[in-house]
Amino acid sequence: MEENVTYTVEQVKSKISEAFPAAVKFESKAKPRRLFMTADKGSLFNLCKFMKDQLGFDHCSLVSGVDRCDRMQVVYHISSFSNNITAEIVVDIPRDNPEIDAITPLWEGANWHERETYDMFGIIFKGHPKLERLLLPADYTFFPMRKDCDTGRH
Amino acid sequence: MDLSTYPHAIAMSAKEFVDWSTNVMDDIVKATGVKRALDKVSDPLMNWGVRNSMYPLHFGIACCALEMAACSGPRYDNERLGLVFRSSPRQCDVLLVNGWVTKKLRPSLRRLYEEMPEPKWVIAMGECAISGGPWYDSYNVVQGVDTFIPVDVYIPGCPPRPEALIDGFLRLHQKIKKSKIGTFMDD
Repeated sequence: MEENVTYTVEQVKSKISEAFPAAVKFESKAKPRRLFMTADKGSLFNLCKFMKDQLGFDHCSLVSGVDRCDRMQVVYHISSFSNNITAEIVVDIPRDNPEIDAITPLWEGANWHERETYDMFGIIFKGHPKLERLLLPADYTFFPMRKDCDTGRH
Repeated sequence: MDLSTYPHAIAMSAKEFVDWSTNVMDDIVKATGVKRALDKVSDPLMNWGVRNSMYPLHFGIACCALEMAACSGPRYDNERLGLVFRSSPRQCDVLLVNGWVTKKLRPSLRRLYEEMPEPKWVIAMGECAISGGPWYDSYNVVQGVDTFIPVDVYIPGCPPRPEALIDGFLRLHQKIKKSKIGTFMDD
């Protein structure tokens, strides 16, 4: 990306839909300087790499998880200081095999976010440099933020 | 004093001699009533000193630590009671547990308690430290400090006001007053 090139939300939208016509769907809700999209599990890493290298998204604000009972979701908030845009990416992953590519190789700031998400939801981030428990003791065998985890029993 | 129970002084090792002489001194001091006279002086003196220089550990875990901070501020000013917060457990007499203790924190807190020199006391401040409080069914909160550390005074409240904290320390005063902390050569 060249220096001092900024994109509006619409430009970012069109560039992403050009590069990933099938994998990325934009949601209809609109807010100023916000971008909402859902992505495929397989194309997430390439999407993030594209956003970082071509569109100037230089900061990963948040990685979190959602347990929808029939599936799991991973939520990414990726922001750009030059464009002044925050993009939200929601990725559906199957509940019985919750695996997704780690984006820590792109943004180091995602390291502890992904560890915490693994800690709470049991989502495996492939390619993460150190996927261990962050907040809970290392000998725990359950993931407390999952809906089927009876927290009072432990 | 029955001298026939002691072996002859010449045949003793150094350690045996020290034990023997200590026993003799103990027996003499107790038999003559000097011990009672000494205790009458030393017990109140040491008790007074200990009571008025209880140094709590400056270990704030949760929101009760704000009340602890307010208590050490100018309005309540706990230094007038001799409560000076120290940052090293080696310099402390009181472990003030003010907040929930997670299972990851438990070994560290136990170690802090072990590092404090005797005599030492523990105060559980607030609902979380007493019984887990709002986290009574949590997967990650220890259900009360007294499950792994002996607790002397419980201060209920969520959080307790600084007056309640001072009241808890004054109750610890009463407990120390009744203990025989300044007596020597106990049986």
